[in-house]
Amino acid sequence: MTLSAYISGIGVLGPGLANWHEAAAVLSGRSAYSPARTVLHTPALLPPAERRRTGRVVKLALAVALEASSHANVNPAHLASVFSSSGGDGHNCHELCRALALENREISPTRFANSVHNAAAGYWSIATGAKLESNVLCAFDASFCAGLLEAMTQVAVDGESLLLVAYDTEYPEPIHAKRPVPDAFGTALVLTPERKLDSLARIEVTLEDDPPDTMSDPVLESLRLSIPAARGLPLLGQLARSQAGRTVLEYLDVSRIVVQVEPCI
Amino acid sequence: MSAGTPSAMRPLLLKSFTATSCIGLGLEQTFESLRAQRSGLKSCKFETVDIDTHIGEVPGVDAVRLPAEQSRFDCRNNRLAELALRQDGFLEAVERATGRWSRRRIGVFIGTSTAGILQTELAYRERDRVTGALPASFEYSATHNSFSVADYLRQRLHLEGPAAAVSCACASSAKVFGSARRMIEAGIIDAALIGGVDSLCLTTLYGFHSLQLSSPLPCRPFDVARDGISIGEAAAFAFLERPSAELESDDVLLLGVGESSDAYHMSAPHPEGHGARRAMQAALRAAGLDPGAIDYINLHGTGTPSNDRSESHAVTSVFGPTTPGSSTKGATGHTLGAAGALEAVISAIALRNGFMPGGVHTTQIDPTLTAFYLRENRRAPVSHVLSNSFGFGGTNCSLIFGRAG
Repeated sequence: MTLSAYISGIGVLGPGLANWHEAAAVLSGRSAYSPARTVLHTPALLPPAERRRTGRVVKLALAVALEASSHANVNPAHLASVFSSSGGDGHNCHELCRALALENREISPTRFANSVHNAAAGYWSIATGAKLESNVLCAFDASFCAGLLEAMTQVAVDGESLLLVAYDTEYPEPIHAKRPVPDAFGTALVLTPERKLDSLARIEVTLEDDPPDTMSDPVLESLRLSIPAARGLPLLGQLARSQAGRTVLEYLDVSRIVVQVEPCI
Repeated sequence: MSAGTPSAMRPLLLKSFTATSCIGLGLEQTFESLRAQRSGLKSCKFETVDIDTHIGEVPGVDAVRLPAEQSRFDCRNNRLAELALRQDGFLEAVERATGRWSRRRIGVFIGTSTAGILQTELAYRERDRVTGALPASFEYSATHNSFSVADYLRQRLHLEGPAAAVSCACASSAKVFGSARRMIEAGIIDAALIGGVDSLCLTTLYGFHSLQLSSPLPCRPFDVARDGISIGEAAAFAFLERPSAELESDDVLLLGVGESSDAYHMSAPHPEGHGARRAMQAALRAAGLDPGAIDYINLHGTGTPSNDRSESHAVTSVFGPTTPGSSTKGATGHTLGAAGALEAVISAIALRNGFMPGGVHTTQIDPTLTAFYLRENRRAPVSHVLSNSFGFGGTNCSLIFGRAG
């Protein structure tokens, strides 16, 4: 079976990259990259009670998921989803571990409910009414490709349109010293089994051993290496340039995911 | 628009499987405990935890030693995984499988909710008084990170195919069957080691307590006086591959996977069980079976008032009031991210032995729950079993298993 899909919408949010439009300009070389701390906003699409409870990881995931589904002009309620993150909500985790190290060990029930790795997927489903299957993965530094592979097999095998969301935020100290993810970066792709009027590109995915692509800009290369969700930057670059070609992404050990990109426009 | 897996799936063989929980190390002890209706739940004495609750602790986990090459993975969660691997010749069965399939084409998909977070909880007590730093010995990636258990297994067993931890709270290790099915169907891999591993930790013990969802007594699923869960720990694995032409009649097949989302609440199920219903219907569709073909339902049955009410609604709406079902969590406790895989193995035991386990600790069934709840063991031919797993975030997964003959 050929693992192929059409990319019909893209979302990006990261250091100095406020959305896909800005990221595409930087990745295609039309604008210079000026890194700045990632700015996260409270997601307006959540009901007020849920909105108050969301941390950085949920804000990040929902922002890119919403951008990609708006870009694809699809109702997000009709998309299955794959969420993939190397760590989940680091600040929430720190607060829980800190409280559990104290004498009385009282922890907030909301913090506990938010500690599940699928918190962002849960809030997304509540916010949009998406009732289809939603899978949530972690593969440490390989989380972007693990999500991409899971998403591609779902599109190919089940013939469903799907939202892939890959996202990571930083841990505060003291975990930060052990897992030094510097900032928040997320990206989302709407993948459809068939070409739509506004599809951007067809992609085909295979597993190979080729050496992985790197970013020619050293600052973007450091972003790619420092945040697992940014391991997909070479693919985003290929899409930003609207060029046909192949991109090799780092996956597990020596194995790589090769993405063959054919622009639709 | 209908939810869930849209089309029929090709069955997959559970070539070998094993489970370790508080009711037994391996299949024989597990079956023996179920037959005796013996619960493994005991008053909580875990670590320094001071909560009035019962837990399903696996004896002997602390004494397990990982192989020296994988020593950086050392933590309770990976010790539990190692203990389970050593039962039922499972380790050897996976090694034999690498003779049939290329290591690069064997995937590893493991469900967990908290992995080895206990290491971090303990490390926070050891923070440097001046700098606040964690001890130098603390290993994040090999213990705390959700992927650590999947990574441990792939390194331990020298498997080199695609791998991921699936972490969808209490549906995690049911959903691994879906990931493996899609990868095999897509031709990316030929076979997969799948399973679930979750171990006791302070986050879940104090967390469920903070939500007032854990019971002071051993949990009583579907009981009129049920008042919460008992947390357990478990590791359960299966080796999935395409069935060959010659199957034994008591070979166990994965026939259907159905997944859905509630889109309702982070920590409470939909009151009418709409998401659960869609997951069960999707699993039946994938298996190409009518509801009447299901002989036994292994319920999610956590023992919280809201879960069991919601699930009973959903089960009755799909199956009516006569299909026998029970929750084995009165025996094992709620093993969270490992529950899907543990209960998949219990489903396989039911199919192999023509045995439906009665739910323990439940003395008076809630008369408002309309699903048929089995309290006594039943001996009868079992051809098809449906197993439910639902999690925080409103994530649902139903699995259907069947006998080959």
